[in-house]
Amino acid sequence: MTGININNIRIGFVRAFPIFFSYVFIGMAYGITMAESGFSWYWSMLISLFVYTGAYQFVLISFLAGGVPILTLIMTALLMNSRQSFYGLTFLKDFNAMGKRRLFMIHSLTDEIYAIDCTLVGMPDEQRRDIMFWLALFGWLFWNLGTLLGGLTGQLLPFNFEGIDFCMTALFVTIFLDQWERIKDHRPAAAGLAVGSICLLLFGPSSFMLPALIIVSLMLLIFDRYKGRAAQNADKKEDRH
Amino acid sequence: MSTANIILMIAASVAVTFFLRILPFFAFSGDRKMPEWLDRLGQALPPAIMAVLIVYCLKDVPYDLKNAAVPKLLGVAATVISYRFKHNSLISLVSGTAVYMLMIRLI
Repeated sequence: MTGININNIRIGFVRAFPIFFSYVFIGMAYGITMAESGFSWYWSMLISLFVYTGAYQFVLISFLAGGVPILTLIMTALLMNSRQSFYGLTFLKDFNAMGKRRLFMIHSLTDEIYAIDCTLVGMPDEQRRDIMFWLALFGWLFWNLGTLLGGLTGQLLPFNFEGIDFCMTALFVTIFLDQWERIKDHRPAAAGLAVGSICLLLFGPSSFMLPALIIVSLMLLIFDRYKGRAAQNADKKEDRH
Repeated sequence: MSTANIILMIAASVAVTFFLRILPFFAFSGDRKMPEWLDRLGQALPPAIMAVLIVYCLKDVPYDLKNAAVPKLLGVAATVISYRFKHNSLISLVSGTAVYMLMIRLI
């Protein structure tokens, strides 16, 4: 990592921009809800800086306000955030090569940052990693900016922003379409849609993510094995000729 | 709720969340080399995870026709159609979100 590359910072900002509104406004909603539950802005900031997970932070408000056994809190955090363990798998090599930035990259790998990181293709590894760092930093700053504004201003929103969180859905959809066009093997995407939908109906909305991700990963491993064996068979045929 | 209790709850949340994020890195760092199959799994996961995340965003669709299914499916349709025509993710984000925000106010 040699110094600060302004061009990479600019690209990082442009790449992170699609989540600007959702992170700032949902962060604000979080700060406001915390304030309404009697927690000053510095508590909200502390949590947004160091916990930094969307949905779980909202659940944590009710835990903080009402009190809950610590084991319940730990179990809830484990179940709600377990999907994040899967994201690192794609970037093990990248993050391990990032030196001092490594721990921050691991901490800041949210659903949205993972999604945007996956769109960075066709550039040298070093530049890609530098851009990944800046866009992760911007995402984290957006979230904390929103939290601070919400905590300080309370309910002074000039406009009803209900529904702005749909940009996250739209973001995942556009990335999904982009990957569909770019990656020839459509089995992972199709498996994700099918297994996700079936698990949603089987396990219900609040607990389907973990089983869905485990089953999809197992399916990808089976696809990979099958592909590996097919390739080996092809090699054997070549040998015979 | 005492301050000590609040701090304990926040600390536990930080620890669990960071533990889950660093878990895959724990398993294969230093001397332990990452097996090749896991590397290939990591590379194959993005489209599958994106699909599961979309299902996650639409998780209330089968359970709430009026407030979730109609506005969300129209929002997704707007996103997909604009992406097909313009191939610009920012335009698709804005049009999809605008349709959704309009629908939840109209329906």
